[in-house]
Amino acid sequence: MSMLTRKGLRDLWHMRTQALAIACVIAGGVATLVMSRSTLESLSNTRALFYQEGALADLWAPLKRAPDTLLPRLASVPGVQAAETRLLANATLSVAGFEEPARGDIVSLPLDGGQPLLNRVHLVSGRLPHPDADAEIVLGEAFAQAHSLRLGDSLQLILQGHATSMRIVGIGTSPEYVYQSPPGAAFPDFQRFAVLWMNRHAMEKALDMDGAFNNVVFRLRTGAVAGAVASDVDGLLARYGGVGAYGRHEQTSARYLEEELRQLRTMATLFPVIFLGVAAFLVHVVLMRLLGTQREQVGVLKAFGYGNRTLGVHYLGIATWIAAGGALLGIALGAALGGWLAHVYQGIYRFPFLTYRLSLGATALGAAVSFTAACGGALLALRAAAVLPPAEAMRAAAPARFGATILERLGFQRWLSPSARIAFRDLERRPGRALITLAGLAMACAVMTVGRFQGDAIDRMVNVQLSIAPTQDIEVNFVEPAPRSAVFELAALPGVREAEPTRSVPVRLIHGLHSYRTTLEGLPPNARLRRPVDAKLRRVEPQSNDLLLTDYLEKMLDLKAGDVLDIQALDGHRHRREMRVSGFVHEYIGARGYMDLDSLNRQLGDGDVISGVLLGVAPGAEPDVYLRLSRRPRVMGIASRLASVRSFYATMGESMLIFSLVAALLGAVINFGVVYNAARISLSERGRELASLRVLGMTRAEVGGLLLGQLGLLVFLSLPCGLVAGWALCWLMARGFQSELFRVPAVLSTATYAFAAITVLAASGLSALLVYRRISRLDLVAVLKTRE
Amino acid sequence: MSPSPLPSQPAPVFRARGLTKVYRMGEVEVHALRGVDLDLFPGEFVVLLGPSGSGKSTLLNILGGLDAPTGGEVWYVDHCLTGADDRALTLFRREHVGFVFQFYNLIPSLTARENVAIVTDLAERPMRPEEALDRVGLGDRLDHFPAQMSGGEQQRVAIARAIAKRPAVLLCDEPTGALDSSTGIRVLETLEQVNGELGTTTVVITHNAGIGAMAHRVLYLADGRIVREVRPPRRTPAKELNW
Repeated sequence: MSMLTRKGLRDLWHMRTQALAIACVIAGGVATLVMSRSTLESLSNTRALFYQEGALADLWAPLKRAPDTLLPRLASVPGVQAAETRLLANATLSVAGFEEPARGDIVSLPLDGGQPLLNRVHLVSGRLPHPDADAEIVLGEAFAQAHSLRLGDSLQLILQGHATSMRIVGIGTSPEYVYQSPPGAAFPDFQRFAVLWMNRHAMEKALDMDGAFNNVVFRLRTGAVAGAVASDVDGLLARYGGVGAYGRHEQTSARYLEEELRQLRTMATLFPVIFLGVAAFLVHVVLMRLLGTQREQVGVLKAFGYGNRTLGVHYLGIATWIAAGGALLGIALGAALGGWLAHVYQGIYRFPFLTYRLSLGATALGAAVSFTAACGGALLALRAAAVLPPAEAMRAAAPARFGATILERLGFQRWLSPSARIAFRDLERRPGRALITLAGLAMACAVMTVGRFQGDAIDRMVNVQLSIAPTQDIEVNFVEPAPRSAVFELAALPGVREAEPTRSVPVRLIHGLHSYRTTLEGLPPNARLRRPVDAKLRRVEPQSNDLLLTDYLEKMLDLKAGDVLDIQALDGHRHRREMRVSGFVHEYIGARGYMDLDSLNRQLGDGDVISGVLLGVAPGAEPDVYLRLSRRPRVMGIASRLASVRSFYATMGESMLIFSLVAALLGAVINFGVVYNAARISLSERGRELASLRVLGMTRAEVGGLLLGQLGLLVFLSLPCGLVAGWALCWLMARGFQSELFRVPAVLSTATYAFAAITVLAASGLSALLVYRRISRLDLVAVLKTRE
Repeated sequence: MSPSPLPSQPAPVFRARGLTKVYRMGEVEVHALRGVDLDLFPGEFVVLLGPSGSGKSTLLNILGGLDAPTGGEVWYVDHCLTGADDRALTLFRREHVGFVFQFYNLIPSLTARENVAIVTDLAERPMRPEEALDRVGLGDRLDHFPAQMSGGEQQRVAIARAIAKRPAVLLCDEPTGALDSSTGIRVLETLEQVNGELGTTTVVITHNAGIGAMAHRVLYLADGRIVREVRPPRRTPAKELNW
């Protein structure tokens, strides 16, 4: 081992605490990158694999009823490679021991008892029903898990008003239902929504659909344009009650999953950019300052005849060791966290399997950024020392030039103690350095707000979306539009305080070249149970014949208030109407339109009908009302608002929060690394000055105050900057998260600001304590003899 | 001005008996002091001479409360310094000892006046910083920063800083070691003047035997012991020294 290598290793050992703190900062940044990219790539790969294995369809076409003989014509539409007809139905399920009714989507399995051609069932356990066994089902794995149902168990199925007991012979899932949310709901609810697969024959009997189908799925040829095929299919199905074919981007599960992955991609880009960026910046600065204290040694080594190149390699070696340690630690940590996170996500998105793999790209990028940052810092420090002639480098740096600070020139001199003057003048003399430390501290603080931001955003979303605007307790949906008198029937149920009609119509909104498939909701005048609000949370009423739209559609469809939209109803008489947009409604979840109920009915010409009823229920009466509703055959869905809030927190909330929590943890590591290094370097740069003051009779506390006071001042100044930067970062993230499914509001709670500030203060306190302990170990004797 | 003769006072400021100091450097024991007996009297100007490693600095550090002896006792007037804790030693330095370092050790971000004030702020009945600086001949450079002064001036600021709190003893470790001869003499004159006017007991460590001529007493150290003590019959004023 060469002497220089040995010196490097000893130097490293000597600065081990700091090296460790720097490595931690690197590790935090690299871990965030590796974790998020690995999770994302693993989930994307898993999805691709599952879609391929399960033969996910390219096009879906729901309709009312068509004879099976139509299949050949559907299959011969240009661009179609394969078509498969099937039956879909909604049912109510009741599970022993679970009070509330659950809803189920039933999908038919081919008559021959085999797997469907498209959207195959992935059996987790058991088998498909025998072709002649009418009381056998395959139950969705999520629901089975939520209710601890096993093979051989039975559950009650109410289909078209008939209750049948079905035996579970298989438990499975399909690429069509990776993301399972009840119809009309935005979020999965594994307890109250199930997917079931049943024999086609049994379903034909139950639905009275002998030799007919109500849903057809397609696989398209490579290069086929989904939109063109869809309009051909729509043409064929129009007279059979077709409500418009749609592709993967409009299929609920595929769309939600795509959005979720898109959101994860945003997080997996933004978090690492922020974290690794902050880490790289800090490592660069810290190493530059750390090695800057070696100026004299550089001079001595040069005097011995070591060349700049050799010294460069030597100091790069030190930086490389630190960077390598940090990067390795970060990769290991990121790989472990990524694996864990991917499993958590797997549980939320219900993939039957997961192919986890470490993202090689992220690993390489993380390592490269670490090395570049560390080596860049080392080289800059070295250059500063190397440009000096050896003799000059060996000599103590001339006393730095100081002057009176602005504060003093302004006449505040007498308010400042000598210690305060030292602190202020030092800051003013090296504003660049102070600014860099300040920026580092502020970024550390900002990172902490980012970690908690999603929790705040979710609270706000839930508050507005599920508490302020809607106040109903239960939402009831009917199988088919019903006369308005149904309201009075439900209002008369015991325990119901108030009841209001609604009508929800599937529509396509068309504005110029933009079009969007969603629902239009008709509300009665002065509705009390559902009250759309504007951005200031003030109530907005739909005006007669005019339309209110979710504000997200404003940009999406390039609209402004007063514009006229083309509305195509996708059920009933399928009228196409022009309507004026009178304003926008502030909503975080979904995107839809609102109208006055009477105007809606008038425009669509289906008579005075409603599709559902909103109920306000007396306290405690909810389970009883639920039970009574579930016995009504015309009731298709019952949704409890509280249950949706809970399911939101349990699913979406969880997936966002877990990521944020992990991020916050890594943020805290970075945070500590920054503050500790700032204090520690300050100590090594000013050690002599402080030791002199100790010799002159200053106590440890006084000297500590002098050193830490300056840092304290910077920490204090950094807090407001950090909170503003944090808000900006969150705003940036919120922008990245915007989608038609939901928008994350850029709101930060006071608690989050406080949390970020407290984390920085705690990290500062801890660092101060560690550095303070070193003050007592200052070598007072050496300072008498040595110079800088 | 000619140096005053040693006042004949019996009670010593410092009394050291049987001082030993052993440094353990890994497996090797270095005996820095091997039994030193020493009395320093009020107003005395003492020069410690000796080769490197003879124990001069160790002795000075123990007297100044920066280091603790391995054996023996040190008394400052009626306080026993041996076995005192860090707090007590800090207080001792703060109240009674002034230090002058070879490399001045001024705070670069403070002006001359402020460098003195940072110490007078801690003291019980200090002189004003301006007065201290006036005494070392820097009354006109109060608001200069260290970077704006020569080495000799910086060292005189250091002396002003050391005397401003009216210490009982002024300990100077190679105060002229980093200066050329004419600047060094200017610094020694300042020390001589402080010793004469304020009666501050002054101990100066030096390699430069010539400086011994201005002392009341010269102690020669070698190998951790005081091997010789010389009282110059006539004190030579600092400005007449040459080396």
